[in-house]
Amino acid sequence: MAETAVKEKESAISFGKAERKLLTDPLNDNNPITVQVLGICSALAVTTLLNKAIVMSIAVIFVCAFANLITSLLRNYIPKQVRMIVQLVIIAFLVTLVELTLKAVAYPVYKDLSVFIGLIITNCIVMGRLEAFAMANNPYRSFLDGLGNGFGYGVILIVIAAIRELFGKGSLLNFQIIGPGPNYVLDTEAIAFLGWYQPNNLMVLFPSAMFVIGVLIWIQRAWNKKLVDIS
Amino acid sequence: MELVNIFITSAFIENLALAYFLGMCSYLAVSKTVKTAFGLGLAVIFVLGITMPINWIINTHLLSESGLFKTDLTFLRFILFIAVIASMVQLVEMVIEKFSPSLYNSLGIFLPLITVNCAILGGSLFMVSNEYNFPESVAFGLGGGFGWFLAIIAIAAIREKIKYSNVPPALRGLGMAFLLTGLMGLAFMSLMGIDPAIL
Repeated sequence: MAETAVKEKESAISFGKAERKLLTDPLNDNNPITVQVLGICSALAVTTLLNKAIVMSIAVIFVCAFANLITSLLRNYIPKQVRMIVQLVIIAFLVTLVELTLKAVAYPVYKDLSVFIGLIITNCIVMGRLEAFAMANNPYRSFLDGLGNGFGYGVILIVIAAIRELFGKGSLLNFQIIGPGPNYVLDTEAIAFLGWYQPNNLMVLFPSAMFVIGVLIWIQRAWNKKLVDIS
Repeated sequence: MELVNIFITSAFIENLALAYFLGMCSYLAVSKTVKTAFGLGLAVIFVLGITMPINWIINTHLLSESGLFKTDLTFLRFILFIAVIASMVQLVEMVIEKFSPSLYNSLGIFLPLITVNCAILGGSLFMVSNEYNFPESVAFGLGGGFGWFLAIIAIAAIREKIKYSNVPPALRGLGMAFLLTGLMGLAFMSLMGIDPAIL
């Protein structure tokens, strides 16, 4: 990211190649989860169900983009010594907003996510982007960077959640797709598609998320050779 | 006896790292050698043991409805907890630097990292949702820290050994660390069936 920081041009709002790169880079080459290894904790905990993962992704995209924007606006007024605390307060403020909104609008999802909404504060993606990008770039570019990293995180989260929910419960977004679901009634014929499939309970447990991310990293690096670990 | 139960439960059965997968970022990033993992583990025990009681006091005597301000201020919980953690880490860093420069040198870089280790904030949030009292929260903090310490030492030792194995190039490093952690998590899950009351 150092070279993008150096290349900071006029603050005019334009959408050129460099801006597009800010949005697309985190999706693959610089993905927050599989390459930067940031924000793993929440990626593991909220991916048992697809709808939880989607809500979490939206929350992180929101917090990441606006924390970047606010920090970037204030970047010339924040003294170096206390910047960590200032950043944490900005993030904590946004997360509290998200938490209260979810509590009011979607209480069941809020209950499901429990402490993990709060843990967005210590989600290193947000903190890492503030430190690495927003402190050195103008508000518009920082906002795009936040959006891009939020999306990169969300994409991985949704892929993991889809795999885990499909194989663990046989459903997607709570619609039964394969195998007999919890509402299985003996005399219906609606479960004909792959009805023999027995949901694999391991996929709902925490360790399976580790396996799924490990395999995703494996696939990504086999395909994108420049990411392979030299050490 | 109750306190010993909480210590054992939080260290083994509800291990913060391997049962709840908290603090994974530093867990994966700093587990390349046992030596550094040892330093980070010690620092986590220390900070969890200190911040947990402080956050308990803040939560019960400042934020709750029966507290100092007689109003429900729980919406300030995140901001206050993270501020306590950040300032405690800073304070601990200064104290260690003053009194034990050798320990400071071995922990040095890891102390600031702990601020964003979600095991610390997560521990405090679990403490609130489990409704522990003061001594219980101390036991929970120390136990949780100890469990995290054991987990990071174990993965670091395995990763040191696995350097000599023939792993597919794309899986080297990070990918393998994830798969290993998954397997260790499975192993720790077998402890979940244990009822701490019989110990």
